[in-house]
Amino acid sequence: MNWQKLKRRLPRLAVNIVVIAAILIWFVPTLGLLVTSFRPASDVAYSGWWTSLSSPLKFTQYTVENYKNVLSSGGMLIAFRNSFIVSIGGTVIPVFLAALAAFGLSKLNFKGRGFFYALIVMMLVVPTQMTFVPVLRLYNKLSLSGTFGGLWLVHTGYGLPFSIFMLHTFFQSLPEELFEAAHIDGASIWTTFIRLAIPLSVPALASLVIFQFLAVWNDLLVALIYLGGHQSVAPLTMRLSSLVGSHGQDWHLLTAAAFISMIVPLIVFLSLQKYFVRGLMGGAVKG
Amino acid sequence: MKRRVVLVSMLLVLALSLGASAQGVVTMMGVWGGQELEAFEEVMAAFTAKTGITVQFEGTRDLPTLLQTRIAAGNPPDVAALPGPGAMKEYVEQGALIDLNNVLDGKTLTEDINDAWIELGTYKDGLYALTFAADIKSLVWYRPDVFAEKGYEVPTTWDEMEALMDQMAANGDTPWAIGLESGAASGWPATDWIEDIMLRTAGPEVYDQWVNHEIPWTDERVKEAFEIFGKIARNSDYVYGGPVTVLSTNFGDSVAELFTDPPRAMMHRQASFVTSFIQDAKPDVVIGEDVAFFGFPMIKPEHGNPMLGAGDMIGQFNDTPEAAEFMNFLASAEAQEIWANRLGKLGTNNKIDPAAYPDDLTRDMARLLNEADVFRFDGSDSMAAAVGSGAFWEGVLMYVGGDYLDDVLEFIESVAVDSY
Amino acid sequence: MARPNLGRAFFRERGMVMRRKTGGLTPLLYVGPAVFFLTIFQVYPALQTIYLSFLDRRSEAFVGLANYKFVFTSAPMLTAFKNNLIWLIFFTAGTVGLGLLFAILVDKVRYESFAKSIIFMPMAISFVGAGVVWKFMYTYKPPGSEQIGLLNQILVIFGFEPKGWLLESPLNNFALIVVGLWIWTGYCMVILSAAYKGIPKELTEAAQVDGANSLQVFRHITIPELKPALTMVITTMLVNVLKIFDIIYVMTNGNYGTEVIANRMFKEMFQFSNTGRASAIAVILFLMIVPIMYANIRQKLREG
Repeated sequence: MNWQKLKRRLPRLAVNIVVIAAILIWFVPTLGLLVTSFRPASDVAYSGWWTSLSSPLKFTQYTVENYKNVLSSGGMLIAFRNSFIVSIGGTVIPVFLAALAAFGLSKLNFKGRGFFYALIVMMLVVPTQMTFVPVLRLYNKLSLSGTFGGLWLVHTGYGLPFSIFMLHTFFQSLPEELFEAAHIDGASIWTTFIRLAIPLSVPALASLVIFQFLAVWNDLLVALIYLGGHQSVAPLTMRLSSLVGSHGQDWHLLTAAAFISMIVPLIVFLSLQKYFVRGLMGGAVKG
Repeated sequence: MKRRVVLVSMLLVLALSLGASAQGVVTMMGVWGGQELEAFEEVMAAFTAKTGITVQFEGTRDLPTLLQTRIAAGNPPDVAALPGPGAMKEYVEQGALIDLNNVLDGKTLTEDINDAWIELGTYKDGLYALTFAADIKSLVWYRPDVFAEKGYEVPTTWDEMEALMDQMAANGDTPWAIGLESGAASGWPATDWIEDIMLRTAGPEVYDQWVNHEIPWTDERVKEAFEIFGKIARNSDYVYGGPVTVLSTNFGDSVAELFTDPPRAMMHRQASFVTSFIQDAKPDVVIGEDVAFFGFPMIKPEHGNPMLGAGDMIGQFNDTPEAAEFMNFLASAEAQEIWANRLGKLGTNNKIDPAAYPDDLTRDMARLLNEADVFRFDGSDSMAAAVGSGAFWEGVLMYVGGDYLDDVLEFIESVAVDSY
Repeated sequence: MARPNLGRAFFRERGMVMRRKTGGLTPLLYVGPAVFFLTIFQVYPALQTIYLSFLDRRSEAFVGLANYKFVFTSAPMLTAFKNNLIWLIFFTAGTVGLGLLFAILVDKVRYESFAKSIIFMPMAISFVGAGVVWKFMYTYKPPGSEQIGLLNQILVIFGFEPKGWLLESPLNNFALIVVGLWIWTGYCMVILSAAYKGIPKELTEAAQVDGANSLQVFRHITIPELKPALTMVITTMLVNVLKIFDIIYVMTNGNYGTEVIANRMFKEMFQFSNTGRASAIAVILFLMIVPIMYANIRQKLREG
């Protein structure tokens, strides 16, 4: 009996051990970052961050000075605002356009479909750095550089290949008979897209939103190129990178800065995570 | 849905209209952040107070990337810090820089700024860079109290230096602390070492030939300079932790080995700006008392004791009256005094009031800079970028890591042949 | 209610036949905006890059294939090709393999949401932050002095000498790949987990009733059902490997034999101001994706 019980529980135990080990391994480096961000600069370079964990209750070894330093440097609020403006526009537009295109490519039958799909996948590998000069030249002619709108369009352009690629994969796996049924019921293409394709792909859209948001939120180089580094438009990444001098490494500041800029993407991830649940799609398919 | 489309397009129009241009503005791009940025903000504020022109400053450590892109795309900033003389030449070749002979006040150029700085910014008969401030590099930092306690004497020649190193090693002390890690620029502190040695073993003329690739990297004299450096950096008796530590230690952290108890190393060769790193790591240390410097000793008497330095070079890309006025301001003693006072940098305008320097140590350095009979700019910054901020960095790291010197020099030479 | 065990492939094939025929301008309304953006931000720069790859460093004179000769003969580029191959194998296998493993395992524990958040968290850290994090894992201090890198501290505790993780080749390449795994496994896991949850329960249950063990269920139901998602994740990781840059740039900048293609391209373009060579490298990167794309499209077309 006991042996039977054990045999039934063993796989579950093994699963738990593997998952917990994975959590620990993945968390340790982040923990190092977190602990370091609370340590004084003079300790950071001379003793391991874990040493402070051996007496975690000795609060004197910690300091909020790094966070104070980062947050009190002027313009932090503006930088947060700018990051939101850039990231929201830079996420909504490409995801919407990608959904349209992916739907068209996977559910509409027209000439050149294969060609457009091939083109989009090819564009996945165009190195962003190589597009800077020609696109910036165009932007200067159109006075788009230095504007948030211009940056939205850039992030749209850069984000589209991956977004279309991902949503296309997902739309393809949606059963065709649903769309046929909708057609027979007299639904227009637009209605099919909005009422059927979009709700069915909420998990895919949610993950895409997360990735695009993360990419835009953490971007520094693209913003520097198209927006310029002036304070009134500088997003958080730019503001944080200017805390560090041209020679310095300033690890204590970098770690605090990394945590501050991590908060928003984590909230986005956590709040969208509820869409990755079982049955959301399965149910619709069966219905 | 339609409503949403309308909303998005409205936002788009709004966002596009945000980028307005203004009158009486100079745009500037630089590398500065942190304290440097605060100091430069004071310089800019002084300029605005004087002229009513505002300066829009963009600071980024990705300066080379950003500047290169903006130049290629046709919208460079009005004024920008230049990564170095090598980059300056490249921008001149691209036709991007403005000749400052037509911008800067003639009297300032002839009387207030030493010829060395004019020479540094000159290329193909034009003056393309103003050196706003300088650092001197041929400095060896040490702790006078430790030297006194252990009976070590400050060396003035390389023979004395070698004797001192042996004396230290025999005492169980490690002579040097060296750190070469510096992110994407790793290796530069070693190139400084080799430049300092080259200046002293081969002399300034050969140094210039080397920088301009008129002698090959495989030349005996280049080899000799590498070997003198290698004798220290590849030897665990002479450098703290041996080569692996040298390669993995950040350049800014390595000076701190002088201040451990007991000290892990006795000397550190680094530019004048190292004081800010000492201050960060050990806030209690009094610069000038607890730590001092001596000049990198002469090696061959016939070449004397030249000074190696680096500077903050600034170039002008757009021909606007506001930009011209700002450049003239940056050349003035008034602007440089603010910068020197806040950061302990050395001004290039010889009318600077010595009282502007924050401490005696900096005053000493300024004196050294003005009195040095031979001054040379950081050679790696003047070389073609593929060599000076590419193969040279890469090569010294390979060498310290244990590669054969001949292989390393042949590698650098192959890149150099290809880039000049 | 339950779908036949033949699975989706059955429907897909029928679907292909019944796909709505749409003529006129309608498809353009859907695909057009994206194609417009792609043309400006990707196609046009790509064509420009191809053109520039035949010109010299300042794009002034035609140099024929000289830049390509450099790409295929210079020592750093050869190292880069070799390293990208190492990355291609270990990074792709690692991220996708671990991502799949975690996607399936976290589904079976009660703290799923927490576990996923932790594994996904590195994606949210900026690459400068990630560089700092791993500095505190890999940093080397000489034996006898206090270690500040965790891995070396562990070595020291077990009586080994500390190692220069980022200095010794080929160890350093794997040290960098581990950073890549740490960042990207969470991505693979999230995508595969979403797809895994989309597999109808009845499918697996029916198989189990028929007496299939978990390995058989995995092979004959899970993998085929996940195939579209797996293809996508693998493709994304392959593209990622070809473009991998941030990690190397921040941690070693390609020194000590860790150079990769995209980092070299960045150097040539922005540090060495050699537009011609940078463009040639970009074109080669571009060509390397063609086989991947071909396999991808062929599969797509076979599916419908």
